Amino acid sequence: MGATDAVFISLLEDSAEELYEQAPCGYLSTLMDGTIAKINTTLLDWLGLSRAQVVGRMRFADLLTVGGKLYHETHFAPLLQMKGEVSGIALDIKAAGKQRMPVLVTSKVKTSDDGEPLLIRTTVFDARDRRAYETELLRGRQAAEEARRQAEADRERLQEALAVLQQNLLPAELPKVPGLEAASYYHTASPDLLGGDFYDLFPLDADRWAFFLGDVCGKGPQAAAVTSLTRYTLRAAALHDPDPVTVLSTLNTVLHERYTSGDTRYCTAIFGVLNPVDDHVSVHLASGGHPSALIQHADGTADYLPTPGGMLVGVLPGAQFETARTQLFPGDTLLLYTDGLTEARTGPDRELYGEDALRAFTAAQPAAGPQVLITALTGLLTGFGDGLDDDTALLALGVPAPLPTPVSEDLR
Amino acid sequence: MNPAPTDGHSSRSRTGAPAFGSGAGSGRGSRFGLLAPSNGKLVGMDIRRRNNVTVIGRADGPVLLLAHGFGCDQNMWRLVVPMLAVDFRVVLFDYVGSGRSDPSAWSEQRYSSLEGYASDVLEVCEELNLRDVIFVGHSVSAMVGVLAAAKAPQRFSHLVMVAPSPRYIDDDGYRGGFSADDIDELLESLESNYLGWSAAMAPVIMGNADRPELGQELTTSFCATDPDMARVFARTTFLSDSRADLKTVAVPTLVLECRQDVIAPREVGAYVNEAIPGSRLVTLEATGHCPQLSAPQATAQAITDFIGAAG
Repeated sequence: MGATDAVFISLLEDSAEELYEQAPCGYLSTLMDGTIAKINTTLLDWLGLSRAQVVGRMRFADLLTVGGKLYHETHFAPLLQMKGEVSGIALDIKAAGKQRMPVLVTSKVKTSDDGEPLLIRTTVFDARDRRAYETELLRGRQAAEEARRQAEADRERLQEALAVLQQNLLPAELPKVPGLEAASYYHTASPDLLGGDFYDLFPLDADRWAFFLGDVCGKGPQAAAVTSLTRYTLRAAALHDPDPVTVLSTLNTVLHERYTSGDTRYCTAIFGVLNPVDDHVSVHLASGGHPSALIQHADGTADYLPTPGGMLVGVLPGAQFETARTQLFPGDTLLLYTDGLTEARTGPDRELYGEDALRAFTAAQPAAGPQVLITALTGLLTGFGDGLDDDTALLALGVPAPLPTPVSEDLR
Repeated sequence: MNPAPTDGHSSRSRTGAPAFGSGAGSGRGSRFGLLAPSNGKLVGMDIRRRNNVTVIGRADGPVLLLAHGFGCDQNMWRLVVPMLAVDFRVVLFDYVGSGRSDPSAWSEQRYSSLEGYASDVLEVCEELNLRDVIFVGHSVSAMVGVLAAAKAPQRFSHLVMVAPSPRYIDDDGYRGGFSADDIDELLESLESNYLGWSAAMAPVIMGNADRPELGQELTTSFCATDPDMARVFARTTFLSDSRADLKTVAVPTLVLECRQDVIAPREVGAYVNEAIPGSRLVTLEATGHCPQLSAPQATAQAITDFIGAAG
């Protein structure tokens, strides 16, 4: 028999009592009212108490800190009474030297053969390291929650700022122009991103009005800054000299200067002047690389007002722009739009919606003025669903059709 | 295996030991309503479902409304209910934020004062059209009953205050048994225990229907509470001071205390009895804060005797 075997046998002879007393956890047994009947040495050592001080004199709850006692009475004891056992509850015991010692407690009710509860057996595990770790976790969680709250608040503030900026890029509402009806719609592809589309309608003098609609390349704050610059440049230039080509050329100069200093953004735009004369409105417009305007006629047809060859605004010095003239008679509506509409993806093959489809759609609508047309187009855009992934601006200007037969009423 | 469905709520019924609150709202499921939190008033919300109301016992008996305290739910009453149900029509419920109440009806503002809990009591009374209610409130609920009775005296005939305390924290010339630091310690205890099981319990408490594997846990988890709601209830309970309300009690009142109770010591029981005009004090041969669990027979008997004697 070797030395190792001798050690092994002496281990096996470890008595049940020693196993109980010197166990690596605390053991205690209490009566049903909590009075301690039996307690092991390990736990007594933790508590710094003698057996005589505890057995028959103290209750389990007396070993706990006040907070632990409250928790014991409101949670632990009721659960134990209802379920017969409770496991892994975190409590603090009053340890030797006025220390608080975090422990994990498991209790089980021992019952007689006929089910009467007799006593409660409890194990107490040292949870000092574990609790320190949990405290760290808790701190981490609280910090994460605080960070999340802060992030949400920041996000809200940012959204508000973005909304204000976005409003600044578009007129709050279109002005009332005598003898003209106007309607507009703006679709934002993403609430987080400031759009680059813009439009406006404003008086030049007592007789004439100016309008424009365009699209700055890109999105986000930088694009929005250019959009803002573009809008106010067009307004200021128009007041100085409303000739459409002159206005776009001024914008070209301003944007090109910025372009050469590093912000390589440009835009496409249509700028025009409205001049109401007698029974119609004459339109003189110029385009810089922008999709042609579409005219819905009173007779149920629709045609583009071609402005081919106009160059992007802001890329080249001395860019050339294309002009066009037309006259809007009662029932005619001029539609300006950005390419979000014509480049929306439709159908199972995700094909571009396209200018032909737009003309067909417009011709199919009743010639009932700008608002009706814009409403129909809004429905069309909504129908595109996620096929519409760009911002889209629409501006419609039209001469209302005369009211039916008011004259005979007046004559009577 | 669960027994075959009988009421359309079998998925929520528990197996094993009897428990309450699994059949609330039976046959009334369609009356889910809307919350209008702006003024704190509920519009069209099914109160029975919101407060997980259970009605049991003698249909024509006097109404006994059992209100649980902080720390658990209506299951606290499960040992006394079989005895009380013989003579009484027993109404049980969970406060919003406890047990199986509807967590979506909870608001921190409403349940940060005992009045919020009293509103739950009154709304349950209204919903069930209860009159001559014998209100039995455990622990902090005893004071909730006092507030409810002061607001709607016509509904209540008796109060039974089980282990009541109108104030837990010591004050000039008053001994509630605790200091403000002690209460902070309890909140810590709550925190450290929820860390262990709240993650597992949260989906159950929030009624996550698409995780059926949690159903078994549900059947074995009593007194499960959302940690945030429990924290608010703990604060409201242990920081409240309702001493001044005791004198408003105008119905026959029984103060039921335990011989040894850490949370509501005997001097607090004596204080409550002293402050309520004409109240009766009964000291049960029980230890702990929950005589309805540790001495159910004596608790039920004391209630029955009191109602018999008070008439």
